[in-house]
Formats: sequence, structure tokens, C-alpha cells
Amino acid sequence: MTTATFSIRRGGPTGGEMVDYQTEVSEGMVVLDAVHQIQAESASDLACRWNCKAGKCGSCSAEINGMPKLMCMTRLDTIPLDVPVTIEPMRAFPAIKDLITDVSWNYEVKKRIKKFKPRPPDAEDGTWRMQQEDIDRVQEFRKCIECFLCQDVCHVLRDHAMHEEFIGPRFLVYSAALEMHPLDTEDRLQELKDMHGIGYCNITKCCTKVCPENITITDNAIIPLKERVVDEFYDPVKKFVKLFRRRKHDR
Amino acid sequence: MFDDIPDLYKDQTADTEEEGWRYVIGDRDARRPPELLTRDHVARCIVREVKAGRGSPHGGVFLDIAWIKEKIPNAAEHIKKKLPSMYHQFKQLANLDITEEPMEIGPTTHYIMGGIRVDGDTQASTVLGLFAAGECAAGINGANRLGGNSLSDLIVFGKRAGEYAAIFAKENGHGTIDNDEVERIAKGTLEPFEREGGENPYTIQQDLQEMMQELVGIVRTEEEMVQALEGIEQLKRRSANTFVPGNIDFNPGWHTALDLHNLLTVSEAIARAAIERKESRGGQYRDDYPAKDPEFGKVNVSLKKDADGRMQIARVWIPEMPVELKQIIEEMG
Repeated sequence: MTTATFSIRRGGPTGGEMVDYQTEVSEGMVVLDAVHQIQAESASDLACRWNCKAGKCGSCSAEINGMPKLMCMTRLDTIPLDVPVTIEPMRAFPAIKDLITDVSWNYEVKKRIKKFKPRPPDAEDGTWRMQQEDIDRVQEFRKCIECFLCQDVCHVLRDHAMHEEFIGPRFLVYSAALEMHPLDTEDRLQELKDMHGIGYCNITKCCTKVCPENITITDNAIIPLKERVVDEFYDPVKKFVKLFRRRKHDR
Repeated sequence: MFDDIPDLYKDQTADTEEEGWRYVIGDRDARRPPELLTRDHVARCIVREVKAGRGSPHGGVFLDIAWIKEKIPNAAEHIKKKLPSMYHQFKQLANLDITEEPMEIGPTTHYIMGGIRVDGDTQASTVLGLFAAGECAAGINGANRLGGNSLSDLIVFGKRAGEYAAIFAKENGHGTIDNDEVERIAKGTLEPFEREGGENPYTIQQDLQEMMQELVGIVRTEEEMVQALEGIEQLKRRSANTFVPGNIDFNPGWHTALDLHNLLTVSEAIARAAIERKESRGGQYRDDYPAKDPEFGKVNVSLKKDADGRMQIARVWIPEMPVELKQIIEEMG
């Protein structure tokens, strides 16, 4: 048994301070286990969200030694314990108490994205036919557990606080899952360009790096969406053709 | 496990490893291997191995799925595709590659098959206006829930509970609330903040968990469960003397202090009902009554609060199956 120090952010919506707690660590422990142990031993009013302890519910997002991570999936033997381990709430969202943040902005953003609109059924019994390779492409995006670590690490939200103009990596993945769905007939490109701020992403790939489900957010979701937006609105050849058509029409 | 297959499943279970493997690769003439028996049976087999001193270093047993590489090509890819979450979790949490090495496993909570007594159609409880669905409600899973049935239970009976609750609300309007009672309860919930020197609620919760695991767990006896009831009484007294620091905002210690009452009530109900059911059936295994008793197959054990606030126990006849359901079962059978 060894003792380790955990420096945890305590406090309400404003201010807050880092408080040191010591607890014994043993084989196989993750950061969330240490937090629970600290709650039970010395800080029963220490607030943190958690649920499944298996990296599947996306509740226990936090910043461990400054890195956005799921507390339940971060083993203590992967971080140095000879210095205090810092645990802070996600910075891109308003703090509520201790490690808990208000992530409700995300749910509001999700409502603004046009819903799935499937084409009419292919068969008389109301079912559809899809190619496996077409559905494989969006399968990856469906792994998202909405932990919002990608939103937390994204500098457009984290440092520039452009929550009004940019939907963040999570909802670009969500948009990609809908846009690339073989049955979907909706068009979301105009909003992606104008209201959802896809242009703000400058592909630093931090979101991909922190994703606990290893979704290739930037390469497989955001870049293809950017390409679609460019094709639709910024293709010079298309622009020329359109111009020509309009003139012809004017005459 | 081939030497310990319950009689009920003998005809459906493979006799040899070779037959079990044929089942796995899709041979329709082969029978299921015994490791696919119900979870309660597999859990008991694990406990027995550990008790006999053949457990793994952390008190479980080894589950090996890596050996299929001797049988099929691309075994590692196959495992990753079929069990992506399990592969990922073992890799990340235990630094263990389940396509290469055996994993250590042990039994945990399966499911609470008992719960709030509800009407099978409307999900109405015996408390007027209270509806329940899902794991907190009793009945749908009988003595043992089978894998996958929880989700369908939630979807079907959650919808029904909501619909019937809406109808009830429409027909009955608001109930009356006794303000004195509300104030008394509200005041009571705040007491843990005032008891300087009281006990940490987490310690009580942990003691309850350990005791229930030990005495009302996978293998049960009357003697141990009676001991548990005594333990519960002691824990009840301790739970009335908890102290928590801080205020009511997002305070998990306070929540634990308030939960204790419910945890103790449910623990007591489980222990009392398990003592009353002097047989082994589904998830309940009694070492002192290892066989199934057909008489108990006709009743539920029901508990309710009597006028003095004590638990009153009764055996209640299970209603006869409606004709249309009987027909379906016969057709399937």
C-alpha cells in the first residue's frame, strides 16, 4: 500500500480552490476509485458525477493533471503518484460544484440539428435495404458516449468561448452520422456553414486525441463535412457554371 | 462444469467439450456448452471453485477465450469484433489482452428479481397512485431474469406504466398533502447536518454491503440470513445517527445518509422473503433447501408494512395464467 495525494478542485460556480487529500492506493485502482475513497474517508460532500464505472456512460469527465479524461478509465499506475494528482472539472462549461459542470448547453445544441429523415421504405413491409459498407462508415460515430471531453478540449469553445457560433466536435460527429447515413435525405450543409460554425475548426485534432471511444473525429467526421461544405458553397467551377446559368436565365 | 448440470437442463446441454465447441460454431445437432447455463448456476460454480481453494489470485476464476485461436483463423480479430467493449475495457483497465491471455472474473449482482408489487397490466402498485416499472418492479422475470429481458421490460412496461399513470391522474385529480407530515420529513432529512460527532454514512453503507454479500448472497442458509436480520437492526440504529458536513447542494454524503433508510428496508425485505422461501429456484439458492419445491412455485412472498411499521410477510397465490398466454406457451413448447 502506498499513499498518494490528490489535489481536487473544491467550491461552487465561482472561485474555488484546490484542496489536497491523501488516500491509500492499491493495485488496479482508477482515479474515480480514489475520488470515491476520499469521499468515504475525508470529504463526504465532495461532488462528482459518475455512474457505470466502465467508460460507457460518459458521466465522470474531468481534467486529470490537466488532461481531459474519464476518471473511471484512468488507471493510477499510468500517472506519477510521487507528486499530487490534480483533478479539476471540465473548463469549457460553467462549474456548479467541485467536479460537476453544467453541460446543458450541449443538449440545447443537439436540438438545433435537423433530425434524421429517412427516405421512404424500400420494401412493402416498411423496411429498407442498405449496403454493409455504407452503414459501416457511420457505425464509428455511434460509439459516442457524450462525455463531452472533445468539447472540453476544443480551443474554439475552451479558450475562445464561441458557444453561440460553434457546435463543437461532438455535434459535428453527430451531424456527420446523420449526413452520411445511407437512408437520410435531409440537407444540413447550409447550417453547418452558417450557424454551426464548421469553418472555425482548424483541424488541430485535440478532440480525436482525447476521445475515450477512439472515434477518429477530425479525419472521419469533420474533414468530410468540411469537404461537403466546400463542394457546395466554394467550388469555383460550380460557381462559374451557376453564374453562366443565371445569365442565360436572365436573358 | 460437465459434472454439475442441473437436471432441468441436462437434455439441452452438451456432454463433452467437443460437442460444446460444435454448438459454438453453429452445428444445429450439437447442444449448448455448460458455461452458457443460467447466470445463477455459473455464479455458484465460481463460488464453489473459490471455496475449494482453486480460485484465481484475486478471488475469482479464470475465463479463457483466447484458446479459440487453436480452432479458427483470425481468432484475435474475431474476438475484437464480437466483444469490442470487453476487449477495450480489459485492455485499458487491466492492461490485459483477452485475445492472448485468460481474464479473471467473479460474480457480481445479477438483478433484483423481486420489487414493488404491481398489477401486471397497469403497473399500479398497492399504494394508490404509485406506478412502477423496470428493475424496481416485481413479477415479469419470475425467479430469474434471462439476458436481454430487462430492456424489453423497460420499453413495454415503462410505456404502460406511463399511460396508466396518466389515466389515473386525469381521473383522480390532485391528492391531499398533510403539511405537518411534509415538514416533519423535511426536518428529518436535514438532521444529519446537525449531528456533530455522528457516524460517517459511507461506513454504514459499506458495512451493509459486506454483510449482505456475506450472509444473503449467492449461496444462502436460514442461519446466516437470521444473523443478517440482526445485523440490519444494528445498522438501523447506527443509520439514525449519521453526520454529514456541507450543505444540501450536490452532497453525495448526505444522499448516502438518506439512502440508508431505503437500502436497509430493501435488504430486510430480501432477507425475510428469502428465509420464507424454503427452496432453491432461479436466482435464489438455499444450501439448506437445495431442491425446487413445486408448492412454492404457486406462490409469491409478499411483504408490507403493518400498523406498527413492521414488515408483515405473507404467501400470495400467483394468479392463474390467462388462457391466451397459456396458448402461446403451449404452441412454443
